[in-house]
Amino acid sequence: MQAAFAALSSIVSWFATILDPLCGPIGLFQLLPADSLLSCGDAGWGDEIAYGFLITASLAICTLPVGLILGFFIALAKQSEEKSLRLATNIYTTIFRGLPELLTLFIIYYGLQILAQRLMAGFGYEGPVEINTFVAGMVALGVVFSAYCSEVLLSAFKAIPRGQYEAGDALGLHRGKTMRLIILPQLVRIALPGLGNLWMILLKDTALVSIIGLPDILRQTGIAARVTKHAFEFFSLACLLFLVLAMLSSLVFSALERRSNRSGVGR
Amino acid sequence: MSHRDTMLPALPAPPEAVRRYTLSRFVGSVALGIWLAASVGIFLFIVDSWSVEKLVKYGPNFISGLGVTLTLVSISIVLGAILSLPIAYGRMTKNKWLSAIAYGYVYFFRGTPLITQLFLVYYGFGSFRPYLEQVGLWTLFRDAWFCALFTFTLNTAAYQAEILRGAIQSVPRGQHEASAALGLPTRIAFLKVILPQAMIVALRPYGNEIILMIKGSAIVAIVTVFDLMGETRRAFSRTYDFQMYLWAAVLYLIMVEILRNLWTWIENRLTRHLKR
Repeated sequence: MQAAFAALSSIVSWFATILDPLCGPIGLFQLLPADSLLSCGDAGWGDEIAYGFLITASLAICTLPVGLILGFFIALAKQSEEKSLRLATNIYTTIFRGLPELLTLFIIYYGLQILAQRLMAGFGYEGPVEINTFVAGMVALGVVFSAYCSEVLLSAFKAIPRGQYEAGDALGLHRGKTMRLIILPQLVRIALPGLGNLWMILLKDTALVSIIGLPDILRQTGIAARVTKHAFEFFSLACLLFLVLAMLSSLVFSALERRSNRSGVGR
Repeated sequence: MSHRDTMLPALPAPPEAVRRYTLSRFVGSVALGIWLAASVGIFLFIVDSWSVEKLVKYGPNFISGLGVTLTLVSISIVLGAILSLPIAYGRMTKNKWLSAIAYGYVYFFRGTPLITQLFLVYYGFGSFRPYLEQVGLWTLFRDAWFCALFTFTLNTAAYQAEILRGAIQSVPRGQHEASAALGLPTRIAFLKVILPQAMIVALRPYGNEIILMIKGSAIVAIVTVFDLMGETRRAFSRTYDFQMYLWAAVLYLIMVEILRNLWTWIENRLTRHLKR
């Protein structure tokens, strides 16, 4: 089992090095002279920043499915006829849309740590407990994302006419099948612009995890700035990398929108 | 014709509809139970580590931090609103260069995280210290509070420009044509016909932007401004008491909820004439 995990992780990291857009064999930073500030290797900061880029991108990508699935079920709960369910989910969205993301991150990071510590103390373990910053960031960002996502999906659900559900019933489809075959494809089409906005917000919020110590773009460029005293250049680079991520994702989203609208029923 | 002398006996009440115990009811009860347990747990936690000493010592700091947050946000929102006017104009003009510049500005400030922009200003502008000293702006850019204000103003100006542009462009063409038909000069038509309608559309996004700024302003704590978040971090680093974060959370939630309800009220009030 251990060996399989090690092999898997080495394969993944091998792929990551090959496909690394900044410091890989066909990376952008390889074009720079070897002794520049951004060159890959020991002399420059290129490889550190490329690592940060990878962390930021993977954090956002890992958070997305968590937030989407959670948000989907919260949206379902919000339109349920059950009062207690609606109340519970409304409390959830009010809290997590009202709190600053940074505060949510701190509360989850330190709160999980305290909880885990007490739990471990209950089992008789009295050492320090540390929560992985990546996981804490994923949980915090996922929770915030799901709160916003539920609102977007809820309004998308409301845009789907009742007749669609009734048509599913008339065809004798099971409720799950109605959802999967009839409602979801339309839901995606309606909610996609809103979800695209949320993804951009998520991408920008990942910069906050640098504060609890995850080596993302901002943290790595910050370290480089402090060491080399070229703060303006490095923070501009950080902005530039975030812009690149934003541009890439807007490309992906416009492709997705084109794909989901290809039936031409949109309007 | 016939009539009854006696009253009909009352019919028995219809049988009560059976409320089946559905899965969603179960889930709802469990979710509410979790919230209840969480609030009881937090309450017990606060009672457990409660001390009047801490409240007396750090309470005033929290209030002053709240003041810093509110001043920072309100000044930057107002300045950003002023700055957003030329940017929105640039986004809508036919002049290619102006619109490219405005588009680039908006794209940069909306495409990068606020915290990166703040670091760029606070740490990055230090690289230009000689020039800034020559112009006499160094005393300003040395101050973290001013850097935060500067960044927030630029950032919110980009967002507000987009709100303004969207709202103005959402006013139908017919309104322009109608005011032209009435012989109104363009300026008057814009001020008296287009803008009032656009402002109603823009109201809700403006409210959201203020809330986003209040939430986003928490990051100034990282560059040593003691706003609500900064005071919280300071108090936490001195006491290692987790309830400091919970106090801050409550204060932020109260702020945001007050603003949200106030905005709903304003919106209902201003759109009375549109209700049927």
